[in-house]
Amino acid sequence: MLDVIDLNIEFHDHITPETVVYDFDLHLDEGEIVGIVGESGSGKSMSALAIAGLLSRKKMKKRGQILFDGVDLLTCSRDTLRKYQGNDICMVFQEPMTSLNPVKRIGWQVGESLRLHTELSEDEIRNKVIKMLEDVELQDPESIYDKYPHELSGGMRQRVMIAAALICNPKVLIADEPTTALDVTVQAQIIKLLKKINKKTGTAILFISHDLSVVRKLCSRVLVMYKGRVVETGEVNEVFDFPKEEYTKRLIAAIPRMEKLEYE
Amino acid sequence: MNDNGNKGTDNTILTVSHLNTYYREKTGRFSSASVRRQVLKDVSFDIKQGEIVGLVGESGCGKSTLAKTILGIVKDYEGTVEHGSAGAQMVFQDPYGSLNPAKTVGWILEEPLRIQGKLTDPERDERVARMINLVGLDESYLKRKPNELSGGQRQRICIALALMLRPRLIIADEPVSALDVTVQDQILKLLLKLNRELGIAILFISHDLKVVYSVCSRVMVMKDGHIVEQGSDEEVYKSPKHPYTKQLLSSVLGD
Amino acid sequence: MKVRFKENRRLYIGLIITGLMLILAITGKFFTPYDPNAMDSANKLAGISAKHIMGCDNFGRDIFSRILAGLDTTMVVAVGTVLIGVTFGTVIGALTGYYGGRPDEIMMRFNDAVLAFPSLLLALVIISIMGSGKMNVTIALGILFIPGYARIVRGEFLKCRNLDYVQSARLMGASYLRIMFVHILPNTIPVLLSTVAIGFNNAVLAEAGMSFLGIGVQPPDSSLGRMLSESQSYLFLRPGYALCTGSVIALLIFGFAMLNEGLEKHA
Repeated sequence: MLDVIDLNIEFHDHITPETVVYDFDLHLDEGEIVGIVGESGSGKSMSALAIAGLLSRKKMKKRGQILFDGVDLLTCSRDTLRKYQGNDICMVFQEPMTSLNPVKRIGWQVGESLRLHTELSEDEIRNKVIKMLEDVELQDPESIYDKYPHELSGGMRQRVMIAAALICNPKVLIADEPTTALDVTVQAQIIKLLKKINKKTGTAILFISHDLSVVRKLCSRVLVMYKGRVVETGEVNEVFDFPKEEYTKRLIAAIPRMEKLEYE
Repeated sequence: MNDNGNKGTDNTILTVSHLNTYYREKTGRFSSASVRRQVLKDVSFDIKQGEIVGLVGESGCGKSTLAKTILGIVKDYEGTVEHGSAGAQMVFQDPYGSLNPAKTVGWILEEPLRIQGKLTDPERDERVARMINLVGLDESYLKRKPNELSGGQRQRICIALALMLRPRLIIADEPVSALDVTVQDQILKLLLKLNRELGIAILFISHDLKVVYSVCSRVMVMKDGHIVEQGSDEEVYKSPKHPYTKQLLSSVLGD
Repeated sequence: MKVRFKENRRLYIGLIITGLMLILAITGKFFTPYDPNAMDSANKLAGISAKHIMGCDNFGRDIFSRILAGLDTTMVVAVGTVLIGVTFGTVIGALTGYYGGRPDEIMMRFNDAVLAFPSLLLALVIISIMGSGKMNVTIALGILFIPGYARIVRGEFLKCRNLDYVQSARLMGASYLRIMFVHILPNTIPVLLSTVAIGFNNAVLAEAGMSFLGIGVQPPDSSLGRMLSESQSYLFLRPGYALCTGSVIALLIFGFAMLNEGLEKHA
């Protein structure tokens, strides 16, 4: 369904061009959950933004192909891209505080994609939104519909973001560090929710994170990125239990464990 | 320098008793009316010389407010906060906002000494050089500006800065949360080293239970402004008593 | 600091033009082809020639010489104005931005009051009290500029006041004054610099406007605005007079604006 072939991304707003992603390959089938792990500067977010079509066409040079159902998203027209964005390919970001528009009510924001991509009436949109808010396990969706983002907690806002992303029944949900800014107990709930949704609707998930333990719980396959390249990839349990690359081993060793730190 | 505080009968450097801290919050979006909320409720604990005490809790429970009250940044409180003779300093959460972007690292580290005014120029230079080496960086870093450093390097500078005035206690508010995983380890080891070699007590505030366990010998669990449980690390983590503690531990460990 | 021309055309253009203007103004202080105030009735409204490269005005005075002298006047007034505005504006903005509360409210209302007046009207009032002349024009305009800068600096201080490094400085025992002027102020300089450049341009225009209306620099001192005003009456007889004067004003402002944009892009 989604094939990224040989993606290279270069920054062009400084005097010397800077390559941030090298030779990135990815294959995503329907209903799969794939994780991309890496630390800051690894290029994982850039790759995700490229797939979502959110990178500027002028300041960044991209080589390679991003094939979605056969259409190359890097070279197609803006109109074609817009058809896919928010409809078949949706994204959830890290900061629930800034990804929601603070002056618009929740109901309006979640329904926005429907307004843009379908011909439904306002009433039909409202019903769908409320159903979606229920599906993301928000209590009392009717009253949340009329609330503003600042009236909700971080976890609730993230659920709203997920609702907004899923309302058009996308084929791919790209989640960029969706749990990083949340408390530990809420993180666990959001992961469970994503798993549930994937099973129920068959939406493929591309899950980006620096947190390996979370990726292990959720994903079936994983790509490990370091300084712009994919250094290792494979089934999640294999990569964790039998890492081949140095960096992967380091990353796994650095996972916080419930054990005392040794002072040499 | 022994780290067991065998200096006399009382080696407590911080005592907090029945602390209630308040915070003014605006009510309407446009009105200037505000409501006085209670953020900390009847908080009591002490910290002894050389201890590393952890404070865990979720965001919004009041951990940062406790830090600010102890340091005197927040003044609206009831109850008592007693420091020993030496002060407390803080390592902030966000290494990107805690260093003045317009100044060099050397200037930043020297500033507390300049303000204090007790040392001569060469003495200050010497202390700065010693401190930057102590946190694992060499003197070439003194000429750089914060935006030229990585997150881990900045955090080292923040730690060095907190140590400049030789406090007995450092309050570290989420010191590694904003750092990459591979760097977190190094900073935690640095804190351990400073604790053992300089005998500095640390109040380690974090929402990350695993990190707290890895360095702290005593732990306090906070929920909604209350300390619901406190004890040694083994007690709290292996045999938790309060339901909230159990809930926190299960979401981190189990599934 | 090395930037090639292609990457930042505006910076180069700005530097060249402003540099040229500066050189002309400084030259004008010491040397002009003719005495700017020397009248020569034989050459009344003479056109452009080899002897008078911009022609003569209605009194026979050499326009080019007057422009050089006028440039000098204009630049001195503009720089003086901006200096007064920035210095006092920064102090007011820093104090109100950092402390907030009651004093902030009161000061800002004063600020708003000054800003609410049409600037030329206020300048007229001040001039009528103090009398006209280069110095007084500078002071009057300077006062007018203070609220704008105060507001900008206040905004920057409000932003920085709650940042961790300021908390850190407080914990170290830094005095309020030290925090404001040693710690925070350097961070506001990039923003200030670009407003200084715009301020300069506004001052040039304001002075030209005032002189045009007759309340600025008085004869026989020349100022670009006054010259433009005088050239009005001869617009059809000798358009060169107005064109030359106007072009110089426009070029001066253009050069500075380019410099400003170039610096912003560079930063």
